[in-house]
Amino acid sequence: MVYRPLFLKLLSALILFGAWEIAGRIPVSYAFPTFLDSVAALWRMIIDGSLFVAYAETLKPLVTGVAISTVLGIALGIWIGLSRVFDWLFSPIFVVMQSAPLAALIPLLVMAYGIGLTSKVFVVCIMAMPVIVLNTAGAVRHTPENIKAMCRSFMGTRIDMLFKIIIPAASPLIFSGLRLGISAGFIGAILSELKITPTGVGDIITFSRSIADYPSMYAAIFSIIVLAVLFLNLLERTEKHLFKGNDRGYVSD
Amino acid sequence: MSQIEAFKHAQPVPDDIAVSTRNICKTYGSVEALKDMTLEFPRGQLTSLLGPSGCGKTTLLKIIAGLLPPTSGEVTVNGKPVTGPGPDRAFVFQDFALLPWASVLRNVAFGLELRGVARSEREDIAARYIREVGLGGFEQAYPHELSGGMRQRVGLARALSVDAQVLLMDEPFSAVDEQTRRKFQEDLLSLVQNENKTFIFVTHSIEEAVYVSDQIAILLPRPSRVSEIIRPTGFRQKSADSIRRDPEYLDIVDDIWASLRSYVE
Amino acid sequence: MKLFGINLPAMSSLILWGLLWEVVGQAELTFFVPPLSEVVRTLVTIIGTPSFLSALGETAYAFGMGVFFSILIGVPTGILMGRSRLLDELLLPWVNVFLSAPLTALVPVLMVLFGFGMKSIIITTALFAIWIIILNARTGVRQINRSLVEMARSFGASPLEAFFKVYLWAALPEILGGIRIGIIRAVKGVIIGQLLISIAGFGALFELYSTNFMMAHFWAVLLVLFALAFSISEFLAYLERKVAYYAAVR
Repeated sequence: MVYRPLFLKLLSALILFGAWEIAGRIPVSYAFPTFLDSVAALWRMIIDGSLFVAYAETLKPLVTGVAISTVLGIALGIWIGLSRVFDWLFSPIFVVMQSAPLAALIPLLVMAYGIGLTSKVFVVCIMAMPVIVLNTAGAVRHTPENIKAMCRSFMGTRIDMLFKIIIPAASPLIFSGLRLGISAGFIGAILSELKITPTGVGDIITFSRSIADYPSMYAAIFSIIVLAVLFLNLLERTEKHLFKGNDRGYVSD
Repeated sequence: MSQIEAFKHAQPVPDDIAVSTRNICKTYGSVEALKDMTLEFPRGQLTSLLGPSGCGKTTLLKIIAGLLPPTSGEVTVNGKPVTGPGPDRAFVFQDFALLPWASVLRNVAFGLELRGVARSEREDIAARYIREVGLGGFEQAYPHELSGGMRQRVGLARALSVDAQVLLMDEPFSAVDEQTRRKFQEDLLSLVQNENKTFIFVTHSIEEAVYVSDQIAILLPRPSRVSEIIRPTGFRQKSADSIRRDPEYLDIVDDIWASLRSYVE
Repeated sequence: MKLFGINLPAMSSLILWGLLWEVVGQAELTFFVPPLSEVVRTLVTIIGTPSFLSALGETAYAFGMGVFFSILIGVPTGILMGRSRLLDELLLPWVNVFLSAPLTALVPVLMVLFGFGMKSIIITTALFAIWIIILNARTGVRQINRSLVEMARSFGASPLEAFFKVYLWAALPEILGGIRIGIIRAVKGVIIGQLLISIAGFGALFELYSTNFMMAHFWAVLLVLFALAFSISEFLAYLERKVAYYAAVR
């Protein structure tokens, strides 16, 4: 019974992949390959290295965009959370961005910055940044008053207050903002590769679709989902390592 | 201890038993929560289950309510074995367990609603009990508009309105403030006198138990067992406000504390 | 934010940003940003045109259907997961995966499976919305106060009664919260679907205007879309606040 969680995880994976395999064998659609065929295609792409070449291309806008969004987003968020003037000035913009379908901006970005890396980085940034900024600002604004009073009563400076009280207290929400932001960044990166110009993994998906090599197409999609999940797990581990004792919960975006 | 012995024998145990538990055991995995718990609850009286935290008093109450199955042993109410919740018992919850989206009236009538009583009838009954617990005028209020004490009055009215013979109260006054609690305790005394119901009352307050009880079962932890049964009788007939100054009351409180203090971490 | 002792409303800074937009536009700094006043004038002229109305209709239809299905499937699934440990352990890993997975990557699959039309757009919309709806419904059911559950049982509620009279209501604040976020995601999903799958609805207008360099038209449609999305999100937040009073006292 100790292994129940692990057992059930394996069982649940088995059920899903099994259903995929069966659906592929029937087949439910000419464009639905079996699970095993897709895994074989994935393996082929790993062996001949084409997957790594593709990811080198995909990760460029993704990593740049996520890095910019993280640094800029957290800094802006802290600023907005601390200053009422900034809050008044900038919060509405990010609130609107947060609820708006920013994908609509892509045609404009392409006109303004062409079909190169800049546009793609922009897409990743506008998708990832709002939630990071808003989560950080909200958390900073709502630092519990009593621990701030405690810091003042023990003669903490303003710098102490920021780095020893406000940021650690806000860290769970900042990290949940990062998780949501990064997952939105992945959406943006793939969207830009499918919409702007097919490069990297988007190219594998588009190209294999056009030549009806469906196993490769499914394999590429499978790999990007796995990558996103792994990346977010890594982030979670980082948080656990940096801030032991952050209690977790589902925070909405 | 000799004094407690004296009280014990001061009055014979009544024959009319409403609820009894026989050899109740409850284990969670390898943890023994209750062991061989045998108790009898006389009809028309209030019996307290008193003990330090972790002694299983709430577990026992939930077993009597039929909310938890015992690992072994049997609970009988009026001679009939308990297999689950039944209309002969009503529960008063520590955290009130009110429906936040429903008015006071609907909350009080909820027990009757679940029993399929017609709307006009159950609302009449509920309105009567709302007045009885002193909440007249708050029928259309919502729980979040009431104070903690008033919320528990709603919980009490709900339990009273289904007219069960046995009222099970799980630390009902622990979430209300001290003054409200005293008022509740006084009201409870008159409730026990006026309603011909059997009360089973879980508490961790020694003073509260001695003040309101006809019979106190002191439970000790690990594994949970009954250490003694006390029947305070001398001051039962006195007026509500003179009990707390009664020497017998004070002695019993002291004795219980003396026997429990070694179990408190 | 206070200015000269007067409390400024929360979103009032948007007026300032609008003015800045107008200035940038009037100064003709860049071709891509026409003055706000010109955008608004264009907005008035196109808002009643058949092409705009049909785009709005198509988008609203796909959006509505997607949201409808994601709620219809998502809420019961989440409630079942909250009630059944086995189901929860089997489904939760996948719900979490799809919640954070780049769903845009799945759109090509939908295109080859369901064609290049409305069906795929609706499924894309539902796919964006459903996971958070499931997850929140599950959370809502799981955090129901134990004593409410026991109360229902002790007064003899049947499982069905307990479900419809207690569980559903007790989980309502979380369920509504999930639906609100799901709907915001669905707005994004429907536009992404329209851009990637078939050039339909608002997606088609954006393509049309940007390829013909009709900047004022482009911004006008964008403004309408953003305003719609924002109003929907604020309206849902308002509904959620109406039940929030009891989230704290459960």
